[in-house]
Amino acid sequence: PKRGGAELLFDGVKKHQVTLPCQPEPWDIRNLLKWIKQNLLKERPELFIQGDTVRPGILVLINDADWELMGELDYKLQDQDNVVFISTLHGG
Amino acid sequence: MRRGSRGLGELGVWPGYSPSNPHSISPSSPTMPTTCSACSASPAALRRPKTGHALCRACFLAAFEEETHQAIVAGQLFRPGETVAIGASGGKDSTVLAHLLQLLDQRHGYGLRLLLLSVDEGIAGYRDASLAAVRRHQRRSGLPLHVVSYHQLYGWSMDRIARHLGPRNNCTFCGVFRRQALDRGALLMGADKIATGHNADDVAETVLMNFLRGDVGRLRRGAGAGPAGGEGAVPRCKPLRHAYEKEIVLYAYFQDLDYFSTECVYAPQAYRGYARALLKELEAARPSAVADLGHSGERLSLRSDLRMPSRGTCQRCGYVASQPLCKACVLLEGLDRGLPKLGIGKHRRLRDKLRDGQPLTQEERRRLGAPLIFCKLL
Repeated sequence: PKRGGAELLFDGVKKHQVTLPCQPEPWDIRNLLKWIKQNLLKERPELFIQGDTVRPGILVLINDADWELMGELDYKLQDQDNVVFISTLHGG
Repeated sequence: MRRGSRGLGELGVWPGYSPSNPHSISPSSPTMPTTCSACSASPAALRRPKTGHALCRACFLAAFEEETHQAIVAGQLFRPGETVAIGASGGKDSTVLAHLLQLLDQRHGYGLRLLLLSVDEGIAGYRDASLAAVRRHQRRSGLPLHVVSYHQLYGWSMDRIARHLGPRNNCTFCGVFRRQALDRGALLMGADKIATGHNADDVAETVLMNFLRGDVGRLRRGAGAGPAGGEGAVPRCKPLRHAYEKEIVLYAYFQDLDYFSTECVYAPQAYRGYARALLKELEAARPSAVADLGHSGERLSLRSDLRMPSRGTCQRCGYVASQPLCKACVLLEGLDRGLPKLGIGKHRRLRDKLRDGQPLTQEERRRLGAPLIFCKLL
């Protein structure tokens, strides 16, 4: 089973199927991170989020592609999108 | 963000154009993925940190494997017939390393005998779980595996050391002990060489740390970036030393490699954390900084008039040492005498006192980390 490490901040739960509530602001990664911080993050938020983006060292994949190719925080979420957070901050 | 739209611009795509909605002006429109700059056919899966090139999954995997092969050949890291012990922790770097070495050895005929060598430091909840990952790898790969433990070698596990010393300085012990443990394990297995999974980020952090601590001895030896040949008993190499950590993680992800991914329970207090945080900030501003730091470290030369530590052997165990006793022996002596800080910080005068058989005062014992309860006897 693949474990990126970040699941430890979320009660050890690796996979989260979420339905985001309707809201006037568009759902982009920036707002998704805010939502995750409020609703899913169980401990040590500073290990996952820094300011309005992820802590340096956390990789983000959207539908198995590097978020740097998709506009990073500005990427507009689509229905059934798969977002993966992988922590690189551990020994190898 | 700037980087995403620049990627589109480089490929000559009109930014903001989307075939399904010609009126869209969003630079990050998900219906217009970047195309791989290598094959121009598949959608890109990652942006390479060093070059900024966008590659699809297949081209990235091929490029990563080929570049590692080139680094091995150009660095003349191996000779046919050699037995190579791969330092395997179960983590991302050593798992990718073991996977790659086995693959490249088969593909390019290096002629190597590969082994897995693991160190059990005795850290509950961390090392036992990562060793389980190594054993899974061993079963899948068929490579022989040997595990050496601190408890076996030194009579002290990291958890026991941390209980005596407190959580801050125990990483000093771990680094010193691990180096020796790998050498002993390699000798036991008949290995000619040890390969470790250090990546470009690790090397860059080490360069920064050596500068921050004024460690002239290590700066001379390539600031930690140079080839580690003469430091211990068994020659070592770092085949992944040019590979960015991001690419190692993505290689493992795309290849679906099974690795263990938690921070050591003692890591938050380790000094390397500061260098690491600094490196991540530097990388965000200029991604080539990671490779450039390694480059600087490898090419460093020191003033010729500097007095350098000379290389001898430890009087107690015979291991490589620049002092009469090697660092591991000094640390162990401290632990065994109930003075765990003996090897931490500068205590030459007190160490000399001990060697001459002179008794230490309570204050001196306290400074060397003796448990308070003994100092407070009234």
